[in-house]
Amino acid sequence: MFDDRYTLAHKVYPYERCTDQGGADPVRHPVVIVGGGPIGIGLALDLGQQGIPVVVLDDHEGIGMGSRAICFAKRSLEIADRYGCGAPMLEKGVVWNLGKVFFRDDKVFEFNLLPEAGHKYPAFINLQQTYFERFLIDRLRALQAAGAPIQLRGKNRVDGIELCDDNVVLDVMTPDGPYKLAADWLVAADGAGSPLRARLGQGFTGKVFQDSFLIADIRMTGDTRFPTERWFWFEPSQGSGASTLLHKQPDDVWRVDFQIGWDIDRKEEMKEENVRRRLDAFLGPVDYEIVWSSIYTFQCKRMEAFRHGRVLFAGDAAHQVSPFGARGANSGMQDVDNLGWKLGVVLAGKAPDALLDSYSEERVFGADENILNSTRSTDFITPKSEISKIFRDAVLTLAATAPFARPLVNSGRLSVPCVYDGLSLNGPDALTGGPERTRVGAPMVDAPVDGGWLIERLGGGFQLLTIDADAPDGIEVDGIAVTRVALSAAGNPELAARYLGDAGSAVYLMRPDQHVAARWDSYDAAEVRRAVNIATARDDRGRSA
Amino acid sequence: MSTLNTDPNIPKPDDFYARLLAVHEGRTKAESDALNARLILILSNHIGDPEVLDAALDLAAAG
Repeated sequence: MFDDRYTLAHKVYPYERCTDQGGADPVRHPVVIVGGGPIGIGLALDLGQQGIPVVVLDDHEGIGMGSRAICFAKRSLEIADRYGCGAPMLEKGVVWNLGKVFFRDDKVFEFNLLPEAGHKYPAFINLQQTYFERFLIDRLRALQAAGAPIQLRGKNRVDGIELCDDNVVLDVMTPDGPYKLAADWLVAADGAGSPLRARLGQGFTGKVFQDSFLIADIRMTGDTRFPTERWFWFEPSQGSGASTLLHKQPDDVWRVDFQIGWDIDRKEEMKEENVRRRLDAFLGPVDYEIVWSSIYTFQCKRMEAFRHGRVLFAGDAAHQVSPFGARGANSGMQDVDNLGWKLGVVLAGKAPDALLDSYSEERVFGADENILNSTRSTDFITPKSEISKIFRDAVLTLAATAPFARPLVNSGRLSVPCVYDGLSLNGPDALTGGPERTRVGAPMVDAPVDGGWLIERLGGGFQLLTIDADAPDGIEVDGIAVTRVALSAAGNPELAARYLGDAGSAVYLMRPDQHVAARWDSYDAAEVRRAVNIATARDDRGRSA
Repeated sequence: MSTLNTDPNIPKPDDFYARLLAVHEGRTKAESDALNARLILILSNHIGDPEVLDAALDLAAAG
């Protein structure tokens, strides 16, 4: 009845009978999350830190070996920082800056990402997904120990769902038999195959790409070590695959990714001798052990809307992209960031549930951006027509000698956070001369402040970030508290460049997810009130306060 | 922003045309296709202006 669909890396939430089982009536919870992956656990941390009772159900008992993201982008680390677990990720992760691109047998160019100074977190780290999840769950256990109302239930499988007017009732199966429970809000973070999505009859549309990739994590056991760089081969001549990616992970593990075509015998290719044949052709005479290998195909798809009444979809359950650009888990973390505070405000009765429609609006916008970027990378890596291959090869040939061609080489555009340009929650962008990168809709850009980081000062609630501007220390807008973070750009060129631009002073209204809700050059009480109301879907821009 | 120049702009059109054919001489179809692709990329980068490039793409697509 409870056969695991995948092998566990860490059995960190074994089944335990809970008090909801065996009662006459279903116990009702404010939020139930289905799926204990990084997205489900991330959201549980967000809600738990707000003091909102949350139950996470997962049909396994821990972290799976199956899905293996390795590249975690800056924004995901910043979100994890807000949840209190960014530091161990950064400490364990591998930071790389040097990338090399090869075409057939020749290196055509290399690039150094030269990270911008003045940020707590790098542009990204390489880290096995199992570690990423482990750190999230460690944090969840620490929050539980401190009294946060989070429950994580292993081997609790949702077998039925009933949508009622003001709640959702679930049939949950456990090793001790079934029980029912009810939720004001249900979050489906149950992965790309989302059983809940299927159960609710929701579509998932987009493109399936006709190519397969053989992926292997190997540990170097001999004296040879490859450098901490990203190497990408187009058409390597040793016959290991049509393209090959080599990437360093912690613990002396390297990720190798071979593009092996569509018409393949999966079973045959997965045999260790055949995996080794490709690896040996590619790596040459080095000693290694295979830690894990798999074959994957991918698709770029999304649901039409991420909110369906009282059910909200997040992560791969809502949208799926190719792995190029690391936009899967990273975009899921942005879903969590976006949804957590909105559920909090709605559950507190301080905003209408229309605020949750903005979750769908903003994250569908983000998903489309990710799908666009991911599709373009895929079209470059695996050209779909003769002419598209001719242009691809022309770009690679020119890249060796002509610098202009190098930005056209697309082996994945790394995940950067979405700017919610022009969407419903945005207030006025009235900072004359303000920098584009911190415009309304953008996530905060980190900067060093007072011996620490701006990121540590923002998030969790609405805030007024004032830079060389006056404002009250705190205001309340119809039940929503807005606290001030007062800074000066004097002697802080990073803060000035990132938040003032050509302006002499600035007042930013920041959302709890650290996105800019509105900005002005000085404080105006009525303007701030109106922007808070817009950002919480309590007002629309047609009516002014 | 400038607009796509569709008026004659090449000083010695016959010389240019001969030169264009000459670089393709002795090449296979595949080699010529690759050369054309490189040439398009080089010229596109030189133009740079997205409006001009769009107008050029539209004109070419119209046949």
